Amino acid sequence: MKKKRIATTSLAGCFGCHMSLLDIDERIFDLLELVEFDRSPLNDLKKFTRRCDIGLIEGGCCNEENVHVLREFRQNCDILVAVGQCAMMGGLPVMRNAIMHSDDPLRECLDEAFCTPKVLNPENQIPNDPALPLLLDKVYTCVDVVKIDYQIPGCPPSGETIWRALNALVKNEAPALEYDLIKYD
Amino acid sequence: MEHRKLIETSCSHFNNDPRRMLDILWQIQNSLGWISPDTMELIAQLTNTYRVEVEGVVTFYAFFMSKPQGQFVIHLCEDIIDRYAGMLPVQNAFEQILGIKVGETTKDGLFSLHLTSCIGMSDQAPAALINDMVVTNLSPNKTKILIRTLKKTRNLASLVKTFGDGNNSHELIKSMVNNNILLKGDVLLGDININAGLNKAFSLPPEEVIATVQASNFKGRGGAGYSSAKKWLAAAATQADKRFVICNADEGEPGTFKDRVLLTERAELLFEGMTTVAYAIGSQHGILYLRAEYRYLLPYLESLLTKRRNEGLLGTDILVDETENTRFSFDIRIQLGAGAYICGEETSLISSCEGKRGEPKNKPPFPAVSGYLGYPTVVNNVETFCNIPRIVDKGAEWFTSIGTPESSGTKLLSVCGDCTRPGIYEFPMGITLGEVLSLAGAKDPEAIQIGGASGVMVGRADFERQLCFEDLPTAGAIMIFSSQRNILEIADYFMHFFIEESCGYCTPCRVGNVFLKQGLEKIMAGKGETSDLKYLQDLGKTIIQTSRCGLGHSSPKPILSTMKNFPLVYAALLKEHPDGRQAGFNIQHALDESRIIAKRRSIVFDPDLGGD
Ligand SMILES: Cc1cc2nc3c(=O)[nH]c(=O)nc-3n(C[C@H](O)[C@H](O)[C@H](O)COP(=O)(O)O)c2cc1C
Ligand code: SF4
Ligand code: FES
Repeated sequence: MKKKRIATTSLAGCFGCHMSLLDIDERIFDLLELVEFDRSPLNDLKKFTRRCDIGLIEGGCCNEENVHVLREFRQNCDILVAVGQCAMMGGLPVMRNAIMHSDDPLRECLDEAFCTPKVLNPENQIPNDPALPLLLDKVYTCVDVVKIDYQIPGCPPSGETIWRALNALVKNEAPALEYDLIKYD
Repeated sequence: MEHRKLIETSCSHFNNDPRRMLDILWQIQNSLGWISPDTMELIAQLTNTYRVEVEGVVTFYAFFMSKPQGQFVIHLCEDIIDRYAGMLPVQNAFEQILGIKVGETTKDGLFSLHLTSCIGMSDQAPAALINDMVVTNLSPNKTKILIRTLKKTRNLASLVKTFGDGNNSHELIKSMVNNNILLKGDVLLGDININAGLNKAFSLPPEEVIATVQASNFKGRGGAGYSSAKKWLAAAATQADKRFVICNADEGEPGTFKDRVLLTERAELLFEGMTTVAYAIGSQHGILYLRAEYRYLLPYLESLLTKRRNEGLLGTDILVDETENTRFSFDIRIQLGAGAYICGEETSLISSCEGKRGEPKNKPPFPAVSGYLGYPTVVNNVETFCNIPRIVDKGAEWFTSIGTPESSGTKLLSVCGDCTRPGIYEFPMGITLGEVLSLAGAKDPEAIQIGGASGVMVGRADFERQLCFEDLPTAGAIMIFSSQRNILEIADYFMHFFIEESCGYCTPCRVGNVFLKQGLEKIMAGKGETSDLKYLQDLGKTIIQTSRCGLGHSSPKPILSTMKNFPLVYAALLKEHPDGRQAGFNIQHALDESRIIAKRRSIVFDPDLGGD
């Protein structure tokens, strides 16, 4: 069987889902029998070298770079999978969307983060280096921005869950995860 | 507190009984115009309950006011039928001449303006309530004249120049509402012999009355189409020292107004029917739950009850059988609702009669076993009760000779929308939709909403179908929409209706309906994709499966039925994005705020920097 090509990325996430992928432990060798990695933080490839079969996305979109990367992934991957709560629903970052009844929610969010007396920031400076991507008005889930083919719930999904999902995808099957694997309470 | 005396009198008039909370609130609001926080506090003390309980009731019902109102409170019907009949210009006219917006009160304290769901006048739309007075066939001009007259006379009666037909001109009604009865059938609207059915019933043992109705295969006319005899048998078989008979005159389903006409022209038949059913199941107490929108009929209906009491047809010992030593007593009280569609659902209606928020109860136990205050209770529709004495009088065979095998008898249809003859038609069950449309003078009919907001929208392919329980059932509403109308806009309005009227108990209904509406609006805005159809379908199914009451079981239907019967309307608006982007997401919009705060542009996305 021809090896599947996989790309992964972390957008507005904490790299927890990537860590969880590594939690498959020595099965990583089995995985490498089945797949080749293209663009991914795991091999530090920053650009797609060619079209991929599967893209794994961790994290939602909180800034313009996330949107840009996500669209690149959509463009270059046949199947796009949202891995984890942040990619699916926004996760922790989406909590800033709770600032709803404000005329300027983004400013309120930045003030809270950088200008409250709790932080040592005497000049009340909000980071604004030209190299920093612009923030979006709120956090968007991956599904808000591009079409997503599959979602794997969990914060993070366990290594086992990711392993099973990948195994199915590699065989061109839809990942059918048993209840116990995605039950988190 | 200056109003203390008045509040105390109102509460003690109802024995300080919290189960009569709606009556207490109505009486106080009629005098004071609204229910203030202090009033709630005092009512709570007097009825030995908590202020939040009282506040819960006040805020549940649209017609109870927790803010001061003008002397004349206007409720303009905002239903889709009214919109297409020119309601928006009428709203503008109200706003202009009063100098206020919807939800506000004029500075002189004379007028308040509100929008409301269907008030049961869809055959004479646009329509509005001013306090309990109904004004119909409104135009901007007529609106201005009405307000000018009211400002001058301060007297609602001065608004009615000509009375409507039939009993609408009765001393105690004096309304401009018209019955618009356009087809009289043999059962309800033709000539009837009042009390013949009741007298016949009194000559039979109660079981035989039920047996006759069972043999007639009669099914309830309020929407669910359940066998009435079965319901009564269950109530009669339940051991209890009291049983209740409740008539559901809440008629809140948009586009339905047949009960209005029965209450105006066949009220005695209705009371006769309630008495017959009471006799059949051994009940002593009846309640007529009258929607607040029909408050203009209240004095007339009360007078008929008094008349029947005087005639010995209601009250203590109306039937005494010395040989068997049995006595039958039965009386009816009228419970006024307060503007909540959900109170038409039978268990909500019972909650409401008990003086509570009109929230549905879990079924089972069904009301026939444990209903009003825990007693076996039969809830039937107005039209149902009107049928009963006729069946008992003329016999089951006569009744089954009308209609179809599964649906015997006639059905009152209230037809409205794009047609030349909107009004009430009494057809034998099983009439085809096409026949109804042609008799009503439908203009270029394209889409017909059968059964109101909670019914289904059908197209030309279904015009040959029959209106009856086994094919296309309806509680009465037939809303006609011509090819000029936007079908998605109609479905969107119905979603708005359900969002407004959901009692909020179940998350799928309270939240899911909002998501459904958002999904539909996304498509209407041209931002939808094929996958959105599946989303709407799945979400609709979830709401139907996981909601507690009939409202949630029906609310997705406007969307689901239009998707099924008008797929091309949806398809025309859907776009596929080959690059896999979601059309609903706009990066430029998402960056606007950030650009202002950071005082710089987006290198990736600004169009003039080469972005997309
Ligand atoms: C949301 C909702 C609203 C309803 N509104 C009415 C109504 O206005 N009038 C009515 O008779 N039945 C209404 N029903 C149906 C009642 O629950 C009940 O089935 C009916 O009153 C029984 O009477 P029947 O057997 O004579 O038809 C409604 C049901 C639901 C779920
Ligand atoms: S389905 Fe809707 S209206 Fe019915 S109980 Fe649930 S929330 Fe209330
Ligand atoms: S009165 Fe307005 S639609 Fe029924």
